[in-house]
Amino acid sequence: MKIGVVTFPGSLDDHDALRAVRLTGGDPVSLWHANDDLSGVDAVILPGGFSYGDYLRCGAIARFSPVMEEVVRKANQGMPLLGICNGFQVLCEARLLPGALIRNETRLFTSVSTPLRVESSSTAWTGEFTVGQEIQIQLKNGEGNYQADPETVARLEGEGRVVFRYLDNPNGSINDIAGITNERGNVVGLMPHPEHNVDEKITSDLDGRGFFASVAAFLNS
Amino acid sequence: MALVVVNVMPKPEILDPQGKAVTGALTRMGHQGFSVRQGRRFEIQVEGEVTKARLEEIREFAESLLANTVIEDFEVVS
Repeated sequence: MKIGVVTFPGSLDDHDALRAVRLTGGDPVSLWHANDDLSGVDAVILPGGFSYGDYLRCGAIARFSPVMEEVVRKANQGMPLLGICNGFQVLCEARLLPGALIRNETRLFTSVSTPLRVESSSTAWTGEFTVGQEIQIQLKNGEGNYQADPETVARLEGEGRVVFRYLDNPNGSINDIAGITNERGNVVGLMPHPEHNVDEKITSDLDGRGFFASVAAFLNS
Repeated sequence: MALVVVNVMPKPEILDPQGKAVTGALTRMGHQGFSVRQGRRFEIQVEGEVTKARLEEIREFAESLLANTVIEDFEVVS
């Protein structure tokens, strides 16, 4: 199972994501933003950090990078794609997911281990969780405030496409939304960082492993 | 060279934390009764004549790149 992680200029957590893939039994593949070749990977992670200075808006310029054309094409064919933090922002800018991330309501950069409730196990990245399960994942962002117009929010809620909800909404996201998926369930974006919750040497909260176990099970099925 | 300006503003219903911070600073400076919203201004130098087609092109990239119409409104001023 080859999982690619894209490095944009300014990505911070690409190596953490690659390491998380390796620690959970996958075969990590480093992908470069300026290259439109995905090296035959089975799934792609857009990591956290920043991209292209996040000029204009977070993720706005990364969306037009050469690698994204291929990522979008493959995602539309069903390839599992996970956007974490800045990666989630890129997915929204690329219109693979609806809505947008704006500055936190508190106007503060927030770094905290945050409790989430799993709202959907019908995605490529959450099949190994159970609906209603509470997990603990590291969150760190300045622009993690998820917003969408009322019709979009109603559609996401109605179609079961809210994947994670904050129990203690740290950034002002509408309906406490922490992560969402596309109609097909192969593309998931969330602000918290599951790649920081896989290594017992670093944390006792290891719920991030579920994401990698889920995509492995999805790809094997 | 002709100048075309694109103004981008957060939609009225979208929280504007930057504008809120500026409003807060004004209040602390003693300026009462002001409410600020913060946006962006792009100055675009256009080679040659600003034709209808060029303006339409600017409108297109304003919508796809300069603004995120999920959260922002834009106007093209020529």
